[in-house]
Amino acid sequence: MRVPVSWLRALVPGLDASADDIAAALVRAGLEVEQVLRFGEDVHGVVVGRVLDVEELTEFKKPIRYCHVDTGDRVHEVVCGATNFSADDRVAFAVPGAVLPGGFAIATRQTYGHTSDGMICSRREIGLGDEHDGILVLPADSPLGVDVVDLLEMRDEVLDIAVTPDRGYVLSMRGMAREAATAFGLEFPDPAPVDVPEPADGYRVRIDDTAGCDRYVARTVTGIDPKAASPQWLQRRLVLCGMRPISLAVDVTNYVLLELGQPLHAFDLDKLSGDLVVRRAAAGETLQTLDGQGRALHPEDLVITDDSGPIALAGVMGGAAMEVGSATTSLLVESAHFLPLAIARTARRHKLPSEASKRYERGVDPDVADAAAEAAVRLLVALGGGTAGSVTDVDETPDPPRLQLPVDLPGRVAGRPYEPAVVRRRLEDVGCLIEGEDPLQVTPPTWRPDLTGTAELVEEVVRLEGYDSIPVVLPVAPAGRGLTPRQLLLRRSSRSLAAAGLVEVVSTPFVSEQVLDALGGGMTPPRLLNPLAETEQLLRPSLQPGLLAALQRNVGRGLQDVALYETGVVFVTPGGGTPEVPGVASRPTDEQLAALDATLPGQPRHVALALSGSRGGRPVDWADAAEALLALGCTLGLGLTLQAVQQDPWHPGRCAELLLAGRRVGFAGELHPRVVQTLGLPARTITAEANLDVLLAAAEAAGPVRAPVVSPYPPAQVDVALVVEAATPAAQVEAALREGAGRLLEDLRLFDVYSGPQVGEGRRSLAYALRFRAPDRTLTDVEVLGARDAAVAEAGRRVGAALRS
Amino acid sequence: MSAPDPSLLDPSALEAARDEALAAFAALPSLDELPAARTAHLGDRSPIALARRALGTLPTADRADAGKRVNVVLQAVQAAFDARRVELEADRDARVLVEEAVDVTVLPGRLPVGARHPLTTLQERIADVFVAMGWEVAEGPEVEHEWFNFDALNFGGDHPAREMQDTLFVAPEGSGLVLRTHTSPVQVRSMLTRELPIYVVCPGRTFRADALDATHSPVFSQVEGLCVAEGITMAHLRGTLDHFAAAMFGEGMRTRLRPSYFPFTEPSAELDLQCFECRGVSAEPGGEPCRVCSSEGWIEWGGCGMVNPAVLRACGVDPERYSGFAFGMGIERTLMFRHGVTDIRDFYEGDQRFTLPFGMEA
Repeated sequence: MRVPVSWLRALVPGLDASADDIAAALVRAGLEVEQVLRFGEDVHGVVVGRVLDVEELTEFKKPIRYCHVDTGDRVHEVVCGATNFSADDRVAFAVPGAVLPGGFAIATRQTYGHTSDGMICSRREIGLGDEHDGILVLPADSPLGVDVVDLLEMRDEVLDIAVTPDRGYVLSMRGMAREAATAFGLEFPDPAPVDVPEPADGYRVRIDDTAGCDRYVARTVTGIDPKAASPQWLQRRLVLCGMRPISLAVDVTNYVLLELGQPLHAFDLDKLSGDLVVRRAAAGETLQTLDGQGRALHPEDLVITDDSGPIALAGVMGGAAMEVGSATTSLLVESAHFLPLAIARTARRHKLPSEASKRYERGVDPDVADAAAEAAVRLLVALGGGTAGSVTDVDETPDPPRLQLPVDLPGRVAGRPYEPAVVRRRLEDVGCLIEGEDPLQVTPPTWRPDLTGTAELVEEVVRLEGYDSIPVVLPVAPAGRGLTPRQLLLRRSSRSLAAAGLVEVVSTPFVSEQVLDALGGGMTPPRLLNPLAETEQLLRPSLQPGLLAALQRNVGRGLQDVALYETGVVFVTPGGGTPEVPGVASRPTDEQLAALDATLPGQPRHVALALSGSRGGRPVDWADAAEALLALGCTLGLGLTLQAVQQDPWHPGRCAELLLAGRRVGFAGELHPRVVQTLGLPARTITAEANLDVLLAAAEAAGPVRAPVVSPYPPAQVDVALVVEAATPAAQVEAALREGAGRLLEDLRLFDVYSGPQVGEGRRSLAYALRFRAPDRTLTDVEVLGARDAAVAEAGRRVGAALRS
Repeated sequence: MSAPDPSLLDPSALEAARDEALAAFAALPSLDELPAARTAHLGDRSPIALARRALGTLPTADRADAGKRVNVVLQAVQAAFDARRVELEADRDARVLVEEAVDVTVLPGRLPVGARHPLTTLQERIADVFVAMGWEVAEGPEVEHEWFNFDALNFGGDHPAREMQDTLFVAPEGSGLVLRTHTSPVQVRSMLTRELPIYVVCPGRTFRADALDATHSPVFSQVEGLCVAEGITMAHLRGTLDHFAAAMFGEGMRTRLRPSYFPFTEPSAELDLQCFECRGVSAEPGGEPCRVCSSEGWIEWGGCGMVNPAVLRACGVDPERYSGFAFGMGIERTLMFRHGVTDIRDFYEGDQRFTLPFGMEA
């Protein structure tokens, strides 16, 4: 809402604070003043001139005129492209040295074979609106040489205010003026006319749908001069409020809309036939609206009809057939109270947000309908020479609610007391009627449909008394339990990966079908109904798409060694179902809540890594990803093991699944060359992904670590080299050695892998260092060798390992 | 082992052994040969050691004199050895260690350096501020049912925020599933499941159908706080916010509340933070203009208010007995203020150069 300060002052006698002070006061009252616009400040050197003569230059493709303009002190020659003026007209003339909005400087120049010593201005050129159809012709009595900015009173300040959805009443000068008067403690004379004529043999109107419309005022005006234009003062206010002057009838309805917040609609009375009926549209009905669009109406759309059918989309836009045109002399002015829901849905359905619908959606004062119609009629009579006709007022509005407010409640909410007299006065400031002492019996004003309960009344008192008067007290919470074990473990997980030299990424969850197809795996994540990009309709079922995109971005920006990780929620099932949605009047039952939760997609937290380039001075390989996840497992106190697996999107021979007590929890490996190629990734890109929720739950369930007993006795070190089939996984050999060596084995380490002629084709040698130690004694050679032999024998039995000779 | 040879105890023999040892020590080229020389001249088989062993063969009366002679020689040889060792060590320090010097500014990069994302670590820091006050950290799902995201928060069925332009809906049509538009559904879940009184903060990711530009992102992070207990007032809200602002931006940082509107709070307020750059000075008469706050002295930080009784009712909390406050702010915005980030996209692109300087903590 744009609020010209001059208009505000006119509505609030005694309001002489500066525009900035008014803005600050309104901010404190909860109105978001986004900026203070200053008009006329950027125009200098535009004066009233009289056109002395006009010479049409015909040798050009478009009409060009060469004129002389008298500005009182001298005569300027000037070239002009507009044709809507004639000799003797008074015009706005920018003399050389003038500056127009946008810093546009006017200078003498040569054009079309003549000297042009200034410029004849249009409305738009001097910042007076959008109109650029021709130049601005001033009234004939405008004194020569006078500054046009002063003459037209163009200098004004306008507060640009964002209005929250609950405060529809400030979408009007009337509402803004009330707030300003309250903020400065000034009297507020309501600008809505009070002496409204009684309804009498008016145009016949019937409301068939009182759920959509509970008041309809119709006034007729006849004999309007179709040539009459809006006066300068009215046009100026419209322009300052961001509206375009169009015609007297339209300008007057807009003016009243701005002043009183009541949307009006003018029908051409001569085109109407039969009773006006307010009803819902019937199936199959259509309407061509003022914007020229033909619209199929929905059975929920509220419409105004006459005998010809629908003639307007109620509260949203009029129909083209009844449009007020250049020949219209008789009007029917509609001033109705449509209910928010009906208008909101229709405006959205037809994508037709309008000044009217914006106000109806937020609630219009049902009590001002007749006064607004009266205000419009008076203007049409005064400015258009019309005659006021009949008055119709079908009024079905319900009585306003009466609320009980304990007089100390505002104080209890704010944390500071308010005198009962203050509570009463503040509620009266917003227009409430107050009866009783405690509780106060409060009847909210008709223009505040948002005041539906005591909480809303409390807010009015507290905000008008000022939030800055509320004390500052730190509440004392009971002793808390700190972070949950899971929250602590999650932090620990993330630190472990960063400490391993990976950089954390936070990526967006929107992924494309194409990328998921490239990664394979038949994932079925949820789909968005209104994705931001048509290509990214799915919610990520894996963290890899986001990580790989980030990896590509890094590589694309010239970084060669990239190592990234992310921990985040993924969406692994589509979700859905149609449980009964509980109401909000009381707590839903646990069953109802469980039914809602059952519709949610599975949303586990995953951890994933992506690496390319070099790391630690050598090219990255699959083991970097596997080791980072194993280290993460160690950080969480979990022993993860690896097992070869073939799984999309990884290289079939370079992928390990991670097992936790035999259960698969993730994968690590080198991406399949086909995936690397399809997605345009660096060769040999490495990724890993694991279900972090499972790891965290296992870590939490494991409880505190049992401290080991550290033996003080000396160790016995033995090395064994075993020859196995090349395809035998080392993990199996190791497991057999551990099993066979028994409890005396303290540590086992693979220190050499050899394949070559010495061990034969298709075989390899694995060399292990075994460390034995007993908790209670020094081991004898016999014991050590016995354990070693048992280990080798077990490896021989399980995987056919033979001691290397 | 051969029998002890008393002739070794002759003074001339001892002197010869001494001279030989001294000459050998003097001739040692480096520390490496030191152990061998020690064995030869001071070890068990050295002439002096053998001489000492031969003492037993002497008549008792001669032993004392001979013993003294052996000791004198032994001390001289030992002293010569020690002196030569000190010499050689000094020589090594002067020469060899210099030769072994490396350029310590050349690193092979064997230990890669990682970093955590500032969005994560700032959320943790915020959580820590509240945990220190006895609050707890609550979490909830990112795909949420509308009942939690809207209905229970007093958004009527036709509230504009439910519309396509703001909310990302999950298929199929009418599923009732949305990507949560704020972390407020976590407040609802907290009230539904936790014992009163409730003091929780809810950091997390949220989603809106906004196009990505320098100041908007369809994915962003919020932290919300909720306190529901008996006798909670707006004064407690202000106290909490001032404490939080000071913890984030430094002691004495102030906040300001401006009346506003949210469906789930009543009264509602916009939360402004004193400009962290000029500390409000730019708005005072004669103050230097401030680029950060456009010389207004305040910058928008978030929203807050007293929990609407309708929300308490929907969550099974008796509004006659309990009251509460809630607040929320953007983590990205807080980071932008705190660390001078100018483009919100930096948070979501995953460029290592952006994240690495943040290290392990924001």
